[in-house]
Amino acid sequence: MTLIELNMLMPEIILLSMASLILIIDAFLPDDLRDLTYQLSQGTLIGVGLVIFSTYPQQTELALHGMFVTDPMGATLKLFIVGIVFFTFLYSRSYLKERNFFKGEYFTLGLFATLGMLIMVSAHNMLVIYLGLELLSLSLYAMVAMHRDSQSATEAAMKYFVLGAIASGILLYGMSMLYGMTGTLDLNELSQSLSTLDEYHTALVFGLVFIVVGLAFKLGAVPFHMWVPDVYQGSPTSVTLFISSAPKLAAFAMVMRLLVDGMGHLHSDWQDMLILLSILSMAIGNIVAISQTNIKRMLAYSTISHVGFLLLGILTADKAGYAASMFYVVSYALMTLGGFGMILLLSRAGFEAENISDYKGLNERNSWFAFIMLILMLSMMGVPPMLGFWAKFSVVMQLINSGMLWLAIVAVLFAVIGAFYYLRIIWMMYFEKPEETAPIEDTMDMRVAVSANGLLVLGLGLMPHTLMTICLSAFSLV
Amino acid sequence: MPTLNEFLMLGAILFCLSIAGIFLNRKNLIILLMCIELMLLAVNMNFIAFSYFSGDIAGQVFVFFILTVAAAEAAIGLAILVVLFRNRATINVDDLDSMKG
Repeated sequence: MTLIELNMLMPEIILLSMASLILIIDAFLPDDLRDLTYQLSQGTLIGVGLVIFSTYPQQTELALHGMFVTDPMGATLKLFIVGIVFFTFLYSRSYLKERNFFKGEYFTLGLFATLGMLIMVSAHNMLVIYLGLELLSLSLYAMVAMHRDSQSATEAAMKYFVLGAIASGILLYGMSMLYGMTGTLDLNELSQSLSTLDEYHTALVFGLVFIVVGLAFKLGAVPFHMWVPDVYQGSPTSVTLFISSAPKLAAFAMVMRLLVDGMGHLHSDWQDMLILLSILSMAIGNIVAISQTNIKRMLAYSTISHVGFLLLGILTADKAGYAASMFYVVSYALMTLGGFGMILLLSRAGFEAENISDYKGLNERNSWFAFIMLILMLSMMGVPPMLGFWAKFSVVMQLINSGMLWLAIVAVLFAVIGAFYYLRIIWMMYFEKPEETAPIEDTMDMRVAVSANGLLVLGLGLMPHTLMTICLSAFSLV
Repeated sequence: MPTLNEFLMLGAILFCLSIAGIFLNRKNLIILLMCIELMLLAVNMNFIAFSYFSGDIAGQVFVFFILTVAAAEAAIGLAILVVLFRNRATINVDDLDSMKG
């Protein structure tokens, strides 16, 4: 390993060392010093973010015999992942404290999950993709089950574990078929041999189907979405927040690496599969969300519909489409971070603000947070000029540019259907009497963070070209 | 010596068995965990067969990693199972239905 390669791997190396160190320190800390674990974790994330920023690559570079890649797309996604995990920890802190649940495990497992995500983003070999994915998944299973005495959390953990393990198995089966047909695990070599290989097309598509199913499981696309609502609802809200935001960025990167970098030559085959997945996701996600009374479950179905939109950009199979999808996934992660952050903010010891009726009359209780929630809901709905609107607008424009007008119409139709359940929350916040009258208890850093999150969504919505330029330059389009 | 096709058939049969086991079994979570292990072993069979017949070592290396991850996965799975049993006093798959909608 040369010094340059070491430099490329530096964010992961620092994160791994610090996560292990924090694990050891935490084991010897008395309970009243537990804040140190939190501070060290946050410091690590800031440090890793700075290192990623200072080693931002200008072009694609490979390390470790092609197993590891750094490119502008990867570095941008990593920066967002680290930033979002930082905010996740910040939001979770008071929630965990109120429930006597402020343990070091949440932060160390979170750091290892972050390491898994960074590896997934930078993996350029099927083996490394698998290892990154498992590091992320295993940490998440444990995080969901961390609330040991909660019936719903343990049930959610079991469901997540079983379905996640099936997904990994299916993904691996697909990888084994591809390995057999092409004789390589490296994504560059895979792509090269696919461009010359003609005879085994059926076997390759057979493997591809398994890979797409595995990816759909991990993303939570219909018909492989069964775990999403249960896990979102059953997990402690701080864990739901973790699962719903940053891992989606990593899953997007994994889809890009496998389908685009590795199997770009089979795009006419995976395009049809993704069209089916995305139409079903938008339909089921938006329609089933309408009948939900639990806001975590509702946001889970909303996630499923967002995954449908996210796939729309990828399935155009051109760079502008990928950039639009990346814009979508980043804005989705920021919005969902704010949404679950708001649930955490309104919850307090012994009370979970997880029913939609808990949001009745929020405007009377606290008009500022009602306003932030309004921004987030309008943005998720896709009302101009919110961030979510520009995200939907850019993927739909890419669909039209690549000649799939019918699919664009379907997408807009489902977006309109989906507006209903977001509007219902806005209606309840502004036009109904509060059922819950207790004052909102929270800490100052939480208030500032949620407000900053909401204002960031608003600001990026008013100036979408800043984020769009970042995404376009990640695919060297500007 | 069996041919590559026969090995692939065996892998596919094991894989189908494990999928069938997961979806047909409604009684016992431990059987479900066993099916997951079987699924990973079916994949291993594929990798080893491909690796042997193409003379490329990478597939066998992959198998070692899968085995290691499978061990970690089984540990977490059983841990979750123990916690679930303490809360519910049952490991019946059909009883895992407290969340609906």
